[in-house]
Amino acid sequence: MRNVRTKFIAAAMVVALLAASCGSDDAPPADDATLTVFAAASLTAAFTELGDAFTAENPDAEVTFNFAGSSDLVAQITEGAPVDVFASADLANMAELTDAGLDGDDPVVFATNLAEIIVEPGNPTGITVVADLADGDLVVVQCAPEVPCGSYAEQIFANAGVEITPASFEENVKAVVTKVVLGEADAGIVYRTDVIAAGADAAGVTIGDDLNVVAEYPIVSIADAPNPVGARVFIEFVLSPAGRQILASYGFGSP
Amino acid sequence: MPVPALVLAIVAVAFFALPLVGLIWRAPWSNAWTYLTADTTLTALRLSIVTSLCATALSIVFGVPLAWLLARVDFPGRGAVRALCLLSMVLPPVVGGVALFFALGRRGLVGQYLDQWFDITLPFTTAGVVVAQTFVAMPFLVITVEAALRQLDPRLEDASRTLGASRWYTFRRVTLPAIRPALTAGAVLAWARALGEFGATITFAGNFPGTTQTMPLAVYLSLETNPEEAIVLALLMIAISFTVLVGLRDRWFGAVGRPVQVAA
Repeated sequence: MRNVRTKFIAAAMVVALLAASCGSDDAPPADDATLTVFAAASLTAAFTELGDAFTAENPDAEVTFNFAGSSDLVAQITEGAPVDVFASADLANMAELTDAGLDGDDPVVFATNLAEIIVEPGNPTGITVVADLADGDLVVVQCAPEVPCGSYAEQIFANAGVEITPASFEENVKAVVTKVVLGEADAGIVYRTDVIAAGADAAGVTIGDDLNVVAEYPIVSIADAPNPVGARVFIEFVLSPAGRQILASYGFGSP
Repeated sequence: MPVPALVLAIVAVAFFALPLVGLIWRAPWSNAWTYLTADTTLTALRLSIVTSLCATALSIVFGVPLAWLLARVDFPGRGAVRALCLLSMVLPPVVGGVALFFALGRRGLVGQYLDQWFDITLPFTTAGVVVAQTFVAMPFLVITVEAALRQLDPRLEDASRTLGASRWYTFRRVTLPAIRPALTAGAVLAWARALGEFGATITFAGNFPGTTQTMPLAVYLSLETNPEEAIVLALLMIAISFTVLVGLRDRWFGAVGRPVQVAA
């Protein structure tokens, strides 16, 4: 009996130790140097470089990014994910956050973007205007409407007065890029910055100014953030000339 | 049962029960019926059931011969072939979806010929959903049936053959009834896996209501706009799966692998 109980206590201690160590690996360290930034998928390349530049200027800082569709990120923040900064690809998703009272400060628009049609290199299907996408033989993909690039796509289609039935609603803009780059889809609606980022793997077809929408990207610190000081410094860096230059180099416009 | 083991077992039960209790606690019961009867829900549900049943049927048609091959036929490299066929069980589903792309997509290894010669495209179609689901679900059936075939006493089949029965008759009247519990368990596992498939489906088949938006995809997307609806849909899927599993009872799972006395 004594033997079994000792073994049980030992086993319980091992389990508790394992659980504690597993848990503490995931929790952010208590120091102020770690910064968690949730950013829209279209900001992947630009913000990664911003993060590197930020760390170069502030050697003690450590920035971790989570890139996904803005609506996905809002859902995570609303459910209590520990985040310091949130950068959205549209004002609507940011409004959901402010309506829920999760903003630490007022959101500030830090960049703009334009939508563009992405096609395979050389534009083999010969698409020149948005109306061309209505061709039934084309495989067109777009983001799901709740994701910013999806809602922009719907606005553009409405402006052009065309009814487009996409083959698929993707969960973020990078998934649309992937489908076209891999040759599965003939065309998709993405941001100009995504076409630039795809480089030689894709080509872009500009959307006329009369039809296009200007995407506004707001950034905000989160209420009750683990690192509010770091959040403020990071946002200031994004808005600084150095930050703007990095964003511009990826094709983002200034607000 | 010794108390320490009992405590651990109770913790395990609580571990599985807690998420379900959490869902029930957060569910918007006043709006539940509206969400359950919404067009998008019923479309996704119907699509999920149809595709998962097709995937299960394909898994049985192709999986049982494969299980037979792996269990009964000794050929060089059998271990490697078995590992290959069961690979999708350990592969992250999205990886499976990407791999299917490169094999059966419009520019894929085989897919480009399907597209050029037969005008068949699998991505963005319901057939593509079935393919993705079969890819992830079949190994569950293969592994269960292979185990049963290995444990089956070959003398039963030998006796049948020596009495003059054809191979097909022996298979139908001796082998199949003997492995029926394993086949059922494997089919249910494959069906459940196909029903819950998300990563390979959204990557390979895409997401469009009515064609490729299965229940897991619908839950994922509604989580972003309307978490209440997502909770209701999730509970619906859990209720369906729970009913099937309870309905099958111990007698099917318990008899897996045990040699069955076949009436002479």
